[in-house]
Amino acid sequence: MFNRKNILGTKCLAEEEITTILDMADSFKEISTRPIKKVPTLRGKTIINLFFEPSTRTRTSFEIAGKRLSADVINISGSSSSTVKGENIIDTALNLEAMHPDIMVVRHTLSGAPEMISHYVKCPIINAGDGYHEHPTQALLDLHTIREAKGSLKGLNIIIVGDIAHSRVVRSNIYAMKTMGMNVKVIGPPTMIPLGIEKMGVSVGYDLERAINDADVIMMLRLQTERQSRYLLSSIREYSNLYCLTSKFLEKAKENVLIFHPGPVNRGIEISLDVMESERSLILTQVTNGVAVRMALMYLLLGGKNDTSN
Amino acid sequence: MTLVIKNGRVIDPANSLDEPKDLLIDKGRIKAIESPGSISFEAGKKPSVIDAKGCVVCPGLIDMHVHFREPGFEYKETITSGCQSAAAGGFTSVAVMPNTNPVNDTRAVTEHILSIARAEGIINVYPIAAITQKLEGERLSEMADLKDAGAIAFSDDGRPVINNELMRRAFEYSKMFKLPLIQHSEMLDLTEGGCMNEGIVSTELGLKGMPAEAEDIMVYRDIALLEKTGGQLHVAHISSKNSVDLVRQAKSRGLSVTCEVAPHHFTLTDEAVRGYDTNTKMSPPLRTIDDVEAIKEGLQDGTIDIIATDHAPHDIADKQVEYQNACFGIVGLETALPLSLKLVDEKILPMADVIKKLTSTPADIFNLEAGSLSLDNKADLLIFNPNLEYSIDISKFHSKSKNSPFDGWKVKGKVIHTLVKGKTAYSANEN
Repeated sequence: MFNRKNILGTKCLAEEEITTILDMADSFKEISTRPIKKVPTLRGKTIINLFFEPSTRTRTSFEIAGKRLSADVINISGSSSSTVKGENIIDTALNLEAMHPDIMVVRHTLSGAPEMISHYVKCPIINAGDGYHEHPTQALLDLHTIREAKGSLKGLNIIIVGDIAHSRVVRSNIYAMKTMGMNVKVIGPPTMIPLGIEKMGVSVGYDLERAINDADVIMMLRLQTERQSRYLLSSIREYSNLYCLTSKFLEKAKENVLIFHPGPVNRGIEISLDVMESERSLILTQVTNGVAVRMALMYLLLGGKNDTSN
Repeated sequence: MTLVIKNGRVIDPANSLDEPKDLLIDKGRIKAIESPGSISFEAGKKPSVIDAKGCVVCPGLIDMHVHFREPGFEYKETITSGCQSAAAGGFTSVAVMPNTNPVNDTRAVTEHILSIARAEGIINVYPIAAITQKLEGERLSEMADLKDAGAIAFSDDGRPVINNELMRRAFEYSKMFKLPLIQHSEMLDLTEGGCMNEGIVSTELGLKGMPAEAEDIMVYRDIALLEKTGGQLHVAHISSKNSVDLVRQAKSRGLSVTCEVAPHHFTLTDEAVRGYDTNTKMSPPLRTIDDVEAIKEGLQDGTIDIIATDHAPHDIADKQVEYQNACFGIVGLETALPLSLKLVDEKILPMADVIKKLTSTPADIFNLEAGSLSLDNKADLLIFNPNLEYSIDISKFHSKSKNSPFDGWKVKGKVIHTLVKGKTAYSANEN
């Protein structure tokens, strides 16, 4: 059974919990294909999307997930205020809590902010991405999409390519994928591989071409051109030459390799247009499944049973 | 007024004394140290008596690294509240860092600090003045004037002196005043945006790391410059293994280098940052277990001369924010003694050596009239019970700020009395 107050990360999730979430998402996925895409499951519940960092896809996904379950969803964008300017995030969270929400979905530019809020408020918190710490719902939707395509997760080889150091998607995926028995390799220039990451149970490589042949899944990361320290790269051109997933690279890959990207994509920088649009790319399926996974999490956090018949 | 402190275990490292003794204090000075029971009085002249049975009696502790925030940031700490916190922690002398507002880079500010401290008269306050004007790292401060006003050392603490040429000239210039330069060693370009030690924990938490090399490179640079220029270097709050090695090597070459460590750097590692408690954020950051072990070796072999707290009070508004936005630093005065005494329990140092690093050695390095119980010295004393167990309770701190990661820790070693010139500056019985 699922018995957690918050979803702050995947690090603490056990295999059975992840399986429960993915199974639940399977059963919720169908709702989104109905002509009337709404069930009364969370009628009378209030969900606040508290986003201290701009987001379109993730915020919309949470909003749609809540609405398809008949919850009232409110979106608030906060500015990530420093110590002196503006309202303190704890005060913001306490003020919102005073209006009795049932779930707060929190995204923040700085690592640890959702966990910090969770120490002060009683209502459940879902981390919708914090700094480059964790993005658990993204990892769960990735797992869901892989499992759907491959049937199971155990023993699959995944390579994650790009700016490993500044990616919350990577950290959440490493924890969740290791828990589910997958083999994870991270690939990128050494300037973008954070110190000690091997201790998280992954192998490290710098060469995409050499790593690609035994991968069952390739996950390309967005190059965060806007927040890079200027010393990490020589040029975007050289980065693309080394790490852009093109059909030339894919010739060396397994026939049935799956291609993932958490979005938004920098076309031609980390992935070429033809690869993005190829059959092997599940980038849009990821987005579709994101809604189902988030519905499942909201349902489980609010005490839903494994059995969805009620 | 005459006072007798009897039945205590008197530890006075400066005089290699560690045995049961009674102390006689008269007119604020130590007048006799005798075997228990052997101090006698004429009939009718009854002194007041403190029974220190089961306690250690030692010189009042000295902290060469505190931030009292006045002038400028009185909401975090004032000289008065800082002195009260110090007394409660067993300290009778502290050296205050110059990163106030205005910066202590002129005679007027030094005199202002001293005048407040003297008027309050709680404990002894020694101002450390800036190496460079406004801590801007551009022009040397007026060191002659500052020394004359009462500065006992120079430091741009919090802001390292980055410019190599300027640092070289600072060593040369300060040489004529025979005052040490205290460096907060940190190459800022390597730590920009960082908020904890760089390593597996920062990788997992997604926090930007501050590599130990940022400290090591500056420690090495300062030693290299010192070797050329002469002068006196004191490395503040050493935290990394390689920096300890660098100081050890420099000492073996006979250079005038000393260093200090803060209790949190031998008590905690970066593992404490998990959970994002902003009271684990300080600069230099909490490092790894390898660094902690190297620090303990450095304490044992004398590479690390003294223990100093880097007492850095911050208001809750500066700490109850996102980890990256939180101010660096923790308060230390009221936890330093019990945390340091853990070194005795762990058999890293004998009790007398812990006390030495908190009393006579800092007095020697900075040439202070403090830190020993020699006859006729001012009676600045600490009486503490080394075996009394208690829980640290930040709400009871005398400091204005409560930013400590040690709340609720069970520790041993409780301050019972702190005396300054024979008068009670703090008494556990009244608190």
